[in-house]
Amino acid sequence: MIVFPILIPFAFAILSVFLWEYQRVKRVLAIIGTGLLVVTNIIIFINVQQEGIHVLQVGNWPAPYGISLVVDLFSAIMLLTTSIVAFLLAIYSWKGIDTQRRKYGYFPLFQFLLMGVNGSLCTGDLFNLYVWFEVMLMSSFVLISLGGERSQIEGGIKYVILNLLASILFLSAIGLTYNLAGTLNMADLALRFQAVHSSGQVTMIAVLFLVAFGIKSAIFPLFFWLPASYHTPPITVTALFSALLTKVGMYTLIRFFTLLFPMDSQYTHTIILISAGFTMLTGVLGAASQTDIRRLLSFHIISQIGYILMGLGLFTEYAIAASIYFLVHIILAKTALFLSAGMVEYIQGSFDLKQLGGLYKNRVGLSMLFLLPALSVAGLPPFSGFFAKLGLIIAGFESGQYFIIGVALVVSLMTLFSMTKVWNEAYWKTPKESKYLDQQRTVSAWRWVPSLIMVLLSVLLGLLANPIFEVSQAAAAQLMDPSVYIRAVLGVVR
Amino acid sequence: MLILMAITAGVLFAAGIYMILRRSLVKVLVGILLLSYAANLLLFNSAPLMRGVPPLIDTLNNVPGVYADPVPQALILTAIVISFGVTAFAVVLIRQVYVVTGNSDLESMHCTDIPCDDEEILSDLEDEIK
Repeated sequence: MIVFPILIPFAFAILSVFLWEYQRVKRVLAIIGTGLLVVTNIIIFINVQQEGIHVLQVGNWPAPYGISLVVDLFSAIMLLTTSIVAFLLAIYSWKGIDTQRRKYGYFPLFQFLLMGVNGSLCTGDLFNLYVWFEVMLMSSFVLISLGGERSQIEGGIKYVILNLLASILFLSAIGLTYNLAGTLNMADLALRFQAVHSSGQVTMIAVLFLVAFGIKSAIFPLFFWLPASYHTPPITVTALFSALLTKVGMYTLIRFFTLLFPMDSQYTHTIILISAGFTMLTGVLGAASQTDIRRLLSFHIISQIGYILMGLGLFTEYAIAASIYFLVHIILAKTALFLSAGMVEYIQGSFDLKQLGGLYKNRVGLSMLFLLPALSVAGLPPFSGFFAKLGLIIAGFESGQYFIIGVALVVSLMTLFSMTKVWNEAYWKTPKESKYLDQQRTVSAWRWVPSLIMVLLSVLLGLLANPIFEVSQAAAAQLMDPSVYIRAVLGVVR
Repeated sequence: MLILMAITAGVLFAAGIYMILRRSLVKVLVGILLLSYAANLLLFNSAPLMRGVPPLIDTLNNVPGVYADPVPQALILTAIVISFGVTAFAVVLIRQVYVVTGNSDLESMHCTDIPCDDEEILSDLEDEIK
């Protein structure tokens, strides 16, 4: 069962490569494929919630020797969230991607990217994780430069080089791990690292992994590629990247630092906490000076990554649960923001706040699609962002880390400022005479329906905060007790 | 032998890092190549190096006293193939950069920060600088 999240996108990607010439078929295939994925992941989620961790030993090789696929509650939550986002984005791509890009393989790449993401979320083997990361990166490299505009190519080269560097660091860390432990199965590794107890070598490997995944998930001070590249491709691709790529980086960080390296937490988690504070602050400060909506939102991605990292740095069960809830919240809310920015651009022909204006007067419904997720990201009750941040702050009080709480609150306020800036400029002010102004364009249902569903899901996440937070607490409990994971993968504890 | 390998990997890492700090894109690519060789060599050395020892267990399931670990070799084989694919893409991308921008100097690539194609914004910017 748990191999399907990898197989479905793979099969549909191959199919759409064979049907290269048939544009309409490729689009339909993308929607059917991601739809199937949503259904499968709902089933997997329900199964995992009821029966505990699911393990598949690929090719029937017993655990430490073969490759294991493992889906625990955290993976299942992430699988479900990413597939819902992918499904809605596939619908949005019907109109949101121009014909030229569709012709040159946008949809097959979309599916390959999903395959890489799902593979990384499912795998229980270190080297296999590296391979899935490469699958994901390769498709994202092509997606970011597909179209060949000047800014795209320039952003692409920065993105490619820094991510290749991260992959090389990741590979080196794998080499050192194998040298130290003689195994690459994550459960087996956890067991062996526990026996080592805070040796310098393990800590060094942990920091090497932290840097490698830090580059991929854009934490301070390794985030510079993100604002330089994320705003260059079409908005659908940006939304896809912001929902999947950095968040998978965060997923692996949480997985690694709860399962593999919990022993020297005093050292590594202090680094993580400091980095989290700076990530939040630099992201939101960077956003303050931007006037392009896409760039502004890209900086906010960084700032939100800081919050997730803060939960990991606090390293209590409650904090991790808040981080998981925050991950789900930010994936939904951020994608909704990007999609509504895409519609703004479609109507007025620009992302520049100086050129925009007057949208609230003419398009009330459309403005709501921006306002609701924006308030959610800023952290106002009763939206999901409020509960996510509340969880993190309660966890902070429990651990007595008052400084990071202060930073989180200030950053939250500045996020609100940033969102009101967009609201004032793009929606409220009367626009000055501009060549861009064209209020007559109607927005097709292919664009606003997925956007509306995304916003509704985001609001629902806030309204159903209690049951969903309970699920993420269960996931966090699994994460904080590695022995459950180890027993599930290796069978008996040796 | 292991020490020699370790030094080689270290030198490759150092050279690679030096090269990716250069301004010319082609040199950066060479740097990435050197770094990936270094990582592959590191992987290769992650199990003890042995000479003339079989990596396999015979059909009678007798586990030999000494045997070469085949895992790192399987790993670098995969890693080499991946880095080949990625490098091929990077070469094409760098060529495309040259075609689009007319040079391969990283310092000139500021279009992601200041829009190059929008003359209005550029002239505004020039006015502000004045």
